[in-house]
Amino acid sequence: MASKKTDQNKVTENDSNSRRDFIKKSGLLTALAFTPPSLVMASENKWDEKIAEYLETVPLSIEVNGKMHNLNIEPRTTLLDLLREQLQLTGTKKGCDHGQCGACTVHVNGTRILSCLTLATMQQNAQVTTIEGLSKGKKLHPMQEAFIKHDGFQCGYCTPGQIMSGIACIKEGHANSREEIREYMSGNICRCGAYHNIVDAITEVKEGGKEL
Amino acid sequence: MKNFQIIRALSSGSAVTNISKESSAMFIAGGTNLVDLMKKNVTAPDKLIDINGLDLKKIEFLKGKVSIGALAKNSQVAEDSSIKEKHPLLALALAAGASQQIRHMATVGGNMFQKTRCSYYYNTDMPCNKRNPKSGCGAIGGANRMHAIFGASESCIAVHPSDMCVALAALDANVLVEGPKGKRQIKFTDFHRLPGNTPEKDTTLENKELITSVEIPDNNFTKNVHYLKVRDRTSYAFALVSVAVALDLKNNVINNVRLAMGGVAHKPWRLTEAEEFLKGKTVSEEIFKQAANLAMKGAKSYGDNDFKLTLAPNAITEALTIAASK
Repeated sequence: MASKKTDQNKVTENDSNSRRDFIKKSGLLTALAFTPPSLVMASENKWDEKIAEYLETVPLSIEVNGKMHNLNIEPRTTLLDLLREQLQLTGTKKGCDHGQCGACTVHVNGTRILSCLTLATMQQNAQVTTIEGLSKGKKLHPMQEAFIKHDGFQCGYCTPGQIMSGIACIKEGHANSREEIREYMSGNICRCGAYHNIVDAITEVKEGGKEL
Repeated sequence: MKNFQIIRALSSGSAVTNISKESSAMFIAGGTNLVDLMKKNVTAPDKLIDINGLDLKKIEFLKGKVSIGALAKNSQVAEDSSIKEKHPLLALALAAGASQQIRHMATVGGNMFQKTRCSYYYNTDMPCNKRNPKSGCGAIGGANRMHAIFGASESCIAVHPSDMCVALAALDANVLVEGPKGKRQIKFTDFHRLPGNTPEKDTTLENKELITSVEIPDNNFTKNVHYLKVRDRTSYAFALVSVAVALDLKNNVINNVRLAMGGVAHKPWRLTEAEEFLKGKTVSEEIFKQAANLAMKGAKSYGDNDFKLTLAPNAITEALTIAASK
């Protein structure tokens, strides 16, 4: 209000602002008086955004590592983002997110696929296995053990994808020679270059003949 | 990725009806190309029609031909024992494409319908007549190592990246489609098109048509076949140049031959003139070289891909030699 004494124009402006504010506030109060309390709460808690979100989602039932999940997801959610962001299964890695590196490899209905290029909504009632679903309690899967034994990694970022792919490679019958393993593992890139040891690990599991 | 609606089609008829209702609707099958393009915001449909529930997954050996459903997975076809036996060239080409994970997801129809594209198509900061008609071509005068040497235009020099399609072009396949106007058949070699002034159109499919199957007529190309793929790394890369060869030999005389190339044009590139030249000739390195030279007629390079003018004829000769020696 100090401006009232020094600048006549400002005074007018401030006055008009005050009037506008008053009308706005009283208008809001009037509106609030006629608004159901639940909606006021909804607005305060940003529920309106949540309701909008819900309307843009679709239901999805999906089994991951033996556990059934009934969810509502946005159609654009990839299986990779569903696993990592909504189910907190962060073992499956996001490498390139464009189907070029294989870090996101998981098994869907027993087949290895790239979760980054898979829309989750298209996997209704699918059975998904991720790296977290391989061990039995504290007992590691034979492929996990072989990767440790043969030092099949350095930084470890591609490892979950390599292991999921390695298991599938044997199950598909494509691990009959080092050359064949290399060819059928070519969708899994390892920037550390642990390829030799990865092939060793897969070869040992293949020759061990254990049920995978 | 922009959000979208998705509906699941229960029949090919309802899929076509549904896609006709909305201008920006698209079919989705394996999603390996489309989801990638949607993530890059190159393609942004408002609605997707999931066709995976349709009964189009079968491989059927009928009288005089094999019919492969549009939703058969690439790995399913590549590893089918009857396909390996009767159409080994197709099995070889499929196994050379992408990675096993992608082959498990990608469908035959989707493989055919994937975009003919280059890195400028993906980069929305760059001009591309295919993505944004009349905006110019970034690849002409740009980084064009992967690009076309046959059939390109001032608008586009991108190549079709499929291996499977090179084999299907060589094997005289036919594409069966269903659209709002009914069903029709397209010769495989007419399915993909050259860029001309409308590079945004990759195929001769009409608006809202759905690929339902691909058919290969029976042939004698069961032994002397080869798919040679030359690329920057041993596996899991697009072809710089690839060659599909199918020979029908009788006492070393070429009874019949099919030749097609990948990585060199906007569509799988059939080498009909070289085929005609080879028919009736006795197998020799010399005639293979002459055929390769004939195949190179009209080739044009753009700078970074000059090497393809040497690589391509060498690859043709090599592929013919390997196929003949099997």
